[in-house]
Amino acid sequence: MKTYEQINDRIESGTAVVLTADEIMDYVDKKGLEAAAKEVDVVTTATFGAMCSSGCFLNFGHSTPKIRMTEAWINDVLVYTGIAAVDVFLGATQIRHGDPANMYHPGDFRYGGGHVIEDLIAGKSLQLFALSYGTDCYPLREIRTQFTINDLNQATMVNPRNCYQNYNVGINNSDKTIYTYMGQLEPNQKNANYSSAGQLSPLLNDPFYDTIGVGTRVWLAGAHGHVYSEGTQHAGHCERTPGGVPTEGAGTLALTADMKQMNSEFVRGVSLRGYGVSLAMGVGVPIPILNEQILKRTCVRDRDILAPVIDYGHDYPQKTGKVVAQVNYEQLRSGQIQINGKKVEVGSLSSYHKANKIANILADEIRRGDFQLAKPIAALPKESSMKSLEKRGENS
Amino acid sequence: MSDMITKKLMLYFPKCECEKPIIYHLVKDHDLIVNIFRAKVTPEEEGHLVLDVTGTREAIDAGIEFIKTFDVTVSLTGIGVVREDDRCTHCGYCVPYCPTDALRVADDKTREVLYDETKCIECLACVRICPFGACTSTF
Repeated sequence: MKTYEQINDRIESGTAVVLTADEIMDYVDKKGLEAAAKEVDVVTTATFGAMCSSGCFLNFGHSTPKIRMTEAWINDVLVYTGIAAVDVFLGATQIRHGDPANMYHPGDFRYGGGHVIEDLIAGKSLQLFALSYGTDCYPLREIRTQFTINDLNQATMVNPRNCYQNYNVGINNSDKTIYTYMGQLEPNQKNANYSSAGQLSPLLNDPFYDTIGVGTRVWLAGAHGHVYSEGTQHAGHCERTPGGVPTEGAGTLALTADMKQMNSEFVRGVSLRGYGVSLAMGVGVPIPILNEQILKRTCVRDRDILAPVIDYGHDYPQKTGKVVAQVNYEQLRSGQIQINGKKVEVGSLSSYHKANKIANILADEIRRGDFQLAKPIAALPKESSMKSLEKRGENS
Repeated sequence: MSDMITKKLMLYFPKCECEKPIIYHLVKDHDLIVNIFRAKVTPEEEGHLVLDVTGTREAIDAGIEFIKTFDVTVSLTGIGVVREDDRCTHCGYCVPYCPTDALRVADDKTREVLYDETKCIECLACVRICPFGACTSTF
C-alpha cells in the first residue's frame, strides 16, 4: 500500500502523519483501520529501562610516546583492552575496582560501567589509567590522564541486546528477601516488579518483525543509530497469544549509535542493591505503516499483552521453566495484581513516562523531516529459539 | 482541641547543643505532642532531627522560640529526604516500597512519579532502593 520511499518523501516534505504507539489505538478506533492506514505514515514506539547488555568502544588517540594499553580503567572501572592499542570496550555491568560487591550483603553498587557511560555522555571529565608491558613500537608503560568525550576520536555505543520484546514479572516465593536484577523482592509474594513499556514497546508493536530488521534506523538516547543485528538471545520462535503477541522474552535488538550525539537524560547508570550496576537506555523505533496489517499490530493495548510471573527465589535461578501466572500490562500498571487470589503490590523498573517522552520526541523529529526511515537490509529470524549451556566433562 | 495543628520541623544542632534535653522541654513546658521521624544527634558531631509537633498555634510558636534560644536552627521547610527531579526517571520502582504514598504515580496517562514531602516519614526505603540515586538523605 505504501513504500518506504513514499513515506520518506512525505517526511522530507514535512507532510508525514506520525502518531505514537500510545496514541494510535484511539485514533484507529475513531477513523477505522482502512482510512487510518491510508493516512498514517509512521507510528513511533519507545522504551526506557535497564539494558545490561550495553557498552561502548572508545578510541583515545595516541599519546607521546605511544602506549599499547594492556590493562586500563576509566574512573576505576575496568575496560577491555584485548583489541588494538588505544581502543577499549567499556561494559555497562562492570563494577568499580575495589567495590566490595556483595561482601557486605546487600551491596550498594553505587558506581560502575553504566555510570561511566552516563558521565561520558554528560560531558564530564573522567580519569583514564592504563598500563602496558611496553613494546618497541609502543614504549610507554603507564599513563594517567583526564579526558572528556570530546577528546576521543570515536565513542560508539554497541549494545548486543536491547529492547527485549516482552519480559518476566519478578516475584519471590521464598521466605527471605532477595536482591535481583528485577529489584528487591520481598518474601512470600509480597511484591512484584516488571520491566517493559508494554503497548509502547518497539517489538510488541511489530511482533513478527515485519518492519524492524537489520539496518532499521533507531533513536538511541537522542542519537540516530541503527539495528546492526538480531540481539543476543533473540528467540523469535516463542509462545504467542492468538493475536501474535509473544508471552515471553522472545525477540531482541542489537543497537549501535554515536555517543557524541546522545543526551545523558536517556542514558543512565543504574545501581541495583544486592545485584550490581547496569545502564538504563532510552530507545525509540519508528514503524512505517506500509499496510493495514502493520497498522493493526501497532494498535496492541496493554490489556492484550501477557507477561509471565516468575519466581526469582527458586524457579529463575534453578531454571525450572515454571511460570507462576500470566498477567497483562494493564493489571501491572494498576499497581496491583492477583496471584492465586492474593493481592500483590507491583512496581516497575522501566519508565513508561520516559518511553512516552521518547516516542513523542521521535515523532516530532520525523514530522520536522529530521529523521528518515531506513528499510531493513535483512529480517530478524522468526524461527530461532534459545539454547542452554550444558555442563560437559565434569567428573561424575 | 479543634485549634490543634501539626507542623513538621527540621532541627539542625551544631556540635555544642546535643547535651541539652530540648525535646523534653517541648513536651513538658510547651504541651506539644512530639513525633520524631528521624534523629541523628551525637556528641562531637553536628546533628539533625526531623519531627512533627502537634499543639495549638501559640504553643508551637512558643516551642519554636524556645528551641531558638539554643544554638539550634529550626526549619519549617527543611526535609530530610530529597528527590532530585532530574535524576528521577519516573520508573515507579519506589512506589510499592513507600509506606505512606509520599511517592506515587500521578495518573495513568503521564505515569509521572510525584513526591509529596509532607507525607514522607523518612523511613529511607526510597534512598536505599532507587536505582538512579534520585532520592537522597540530607543527613
